[in-house]
Amino acid sequence: MRYAETGYNLEIDLTRGNIERVATDPKETELYLGGLGTNAKIIWDRVPPEVDPFSPDNLLIFAAGLLCGTPATGCNRTIVSTISPQTRLMAFSMMGGFWAPELKYAGYDKVILRGKSPDLVYLWIKDDKVEIRDAAHLKGKGAIETATLICQELKEPKAQVAAIGLAGENRVYYASIEQGRSSASRGGIGAVMGDKGVKALAVRGSRDLNIARPAEFMALCNEVLDYIKFRNDNPIPGVMPILAGLGSPQEMKVHDEKWHTENFMWGNSRVRRKDFWNDEIATAWMETLDSMRTRLISCYNCPMTCGATISPPGKPTYMMKCFSKLTYTMAAFSDLEFGLGIAQSATEYGVDGFSTPQVMAFALELYENGILTDDDFPGMPADNEGRFYWLLDRIVRREGIGDVLANGTYWAAKEIGKGAEAYAHNTIKKHEQLPLKLSMLNPIYFLMYATGEKMNITQIEGQFPQAPFPEMEQREAFVKDWIQVPDEKFKQYFLDWELRGEKSIPYYPTPEMCCDIVDWQERMHYIDDALGMCSGLSSFPLKPPYHIHNYPKFIAAGAGIDMDEDKLTQAAKRYRTLVRANNIRRGMRRKDDKPPKNHWKKRFPELEKELLDTYYQFKGWNDQGIPTKESLDELGLDYVSKDFEKRGIYSDDGDTPSKETSAEKENGV
Amino acid sequence: MICSAFHALPKYSSNNPARARIRVVRHPLEDIYVPVYAGEAAGAECAGRDKYVIDGKQYDECAFCRAPCPSRDDFKEPDSGLPLKCDMCEGEDEPLCVKWCITDALVLEEREEEIEEEDTQEELAIGLESLADKHGLQKIIDAVARMSKAKKG
Repeated sequence: MRYAETGYNLEIDLTRGNIERVATDPKETELYLGGLGTNAKIIWDRVPPEVDPFSPDNLLIFAAGLLCGTPATGCNRTIVSTISPQTRLMAFSMMGGFWAPELKYAGYDKVILRGKSPDLVYLWIKDDKVEIRDAAHLKGKGAIETATLICQELKEPKAQVAAIGLAGENRVYYASIEQGRSSASRGGIGAVMGDKGVKALAVRGSRDLNIARPAEFMALCNEVLDYIKFRNDNPIPGVMPILAGLGSPQEMKVHDEKWHTENFMWGNSRVRRKDFWNDEIATAWMETLDSMRTRLISCYNCPMTCGATISPPGKPTYMMKCFSKLTYTMAAFSDLEFGLGIAQSATEYGVDGFSTPQVMAFALELYENGILTDDDFPGMPADNEGRFYWLLDRIVRREGIGDVLANGTYWAAKEIGKGAEAYAHNTIKKHEQLPLKLSMLNPIYFLMYATGEKMNITQIEGQFPQAPFPEMEQREAFVKDWIQVPDEKFKQYFLDWELRGEKSIPYYPTPEMCCDIVDWQERMHYIDDALGMCSGLSSFPLKPPYHIHNYPKFIAAGAGIDMDEDKLTQAAKRYRTLVRANNIRRGMRRKDDKPPKNHWKKRFPELEKELLDTYYQFKGWNDQGIPTKESLDELGLDYVSKDFEKRGIYSDDGDTPSKETSAEKENGV
Repeated sequence: MICSAFHALPKYSSNNPARARIRVVRHPLEDIYVPVYAGEAAGAECAGRDKYVIDGKQYDECAFCRAPCPSRDDFKEPDSGLPLKCDMCEGEDEPLCVKWCITDALVLEEREEEIEEEDTQEELAIGLESLADKHGLQKIIDAVARMSKAKKG
């Protein structure tokens, strides 16, 4: 018997309409855990670099994490993997909600889509019954609307539906897949779904999911619940309120947005408004949020209430999470009422809440600077808010300039030319970043931005405080009950870290320490992504209930896999390396491992080189960022090193001209 | 879900919300959340069902009903269709759904109910009288004596 996982994947060939239930190899689970880990292996085995994102041979994998469907609190994530049309690299966007556990109860760990359906379809998975159904009547419908319509026509109010909106159907490079209160947004995976002709995946399950050692597993779950209660009662002093507690940043709860609005950039990630927040705005925004927010809500089996139902006046209710609360507001130099309103349209259209506002602000900046002209914006309203709505409509329909903008700032700038590249300034590996521009280089963040292949800082950072604490007493108090550290040395790193002087950024933590810190933070995210755990209870907040010391026990008692900290660390390293291998094979090199040039004002080229060199060596990668033969073989990934050798990848010095599939970023702005 | 784990054999060895003895009627977009725990099974569908509107929200006719019944799949074993009934996690200090709900959406309150004994007595007397009219009092006395003997034996 298989525990925690079902042991079966659904393989669906959309071209031929073939559906198969395929047993998986338990050995793969031991090596790659599940979720992201086994997804990376499938992509490696079946999607070679010659396969373009919109090729029928590209796969779109929906995976429930290894522990989804068990009673482990907060374990509900679906990991969606494919090749991104925007980055041309492996995308692994994730969503919470209710879909992954439902898939497990239906009897499957993954749904693997290949080929392309000639007509728009949706999938209906109910236990053993799996159907490909016509979706012609859902064409052009909103993502949330689609979910409601499918539940009605199937007469299955409890079915969980992941759907795309118009943006996915029209292959917008930052289209999302929406599901209840959550969405898998980054990397344009919704575009791949639209390209495959799939409007939605509806799931309902009524089968048992087994636990290997029930009593032990439940004891662990109870400990986690107790620790959540403890942390809810004891927020961390000395950090911003949104970083003091557990959960995804509690944007739906907080009213005070001084920190975000004065430290993050407005417009096309350029303008800082240092004295923006005042009493008047605070009152107005509080009224807006209180009047539109119906209720705080959670994902499956989670008490954290990080999301909310929002009812903007005159618009349907939708569910919001996290920072999309402010991304539209700030990109448009507008207010919260506008932001919460346009996010409703954006959710139905199914677009990423980070990329979309930035692309629109970028377009308007090009217009203001004469690179785009009135001819490009026929009929665009004069007011700022109206322009954003107008642009959003053009983009999701790929009409006129919208067709160009639908490819994101990097590709749009290339197509527009005339110096537009200089305005696409906030991407890493062609992917739009959070609107942050800072002063002094932070060596930890430099490494995370440069090498993190999730390309989204909130999905890379977390376990180590973002900044030193000014007083030693505060630091001592912080490390006192810091049980989550993998090694005591991390406490010393933090104790010695000063705001100013010799032991401050950029030269402290030292490159060696930075390697440890970045590796730990990244490792925890990768473990979450294999298990299906929400980073809001694990890798993202400080002092979370899940950590490197109890995770092996959860896996052992839940899945029945012999596990300890070393073995888990090794497994995470294995599939993390496999993610990189997939991207290396697609042309990613050292030149792609870099944060935006203007991310920090004060840069230190020599230090940055040393940081990258040290980190590559620490990870077992050569100076091009390619995992070495030795390190691959040690992880049991000799099939990767053989492939690299066969393709001549090791002889690549990084200067090879970029190919169509290359991840190379040429504009260097 | 913790509910289905509690009732699994061996305890906690499997999960399946379809076996849970508590369900939440959940329509987030309409702001509808109704937790209901399973009560006595009903052999037949009831008559006189109606839709309810509370605070402007419309609830389905069966939204508040605790009974496993032929009209729906709720509170039934997914394999056998046999009815499920909540036993408040017998043996635990409190029902586990309450324990796990740390946001306090679910709480356990014991409600004292006055049992109106007199009414029952009265009903019993009326029933017995009509039986005595039909069968004669002696037959009733004999039958009760036999029943009580059989029970003791």
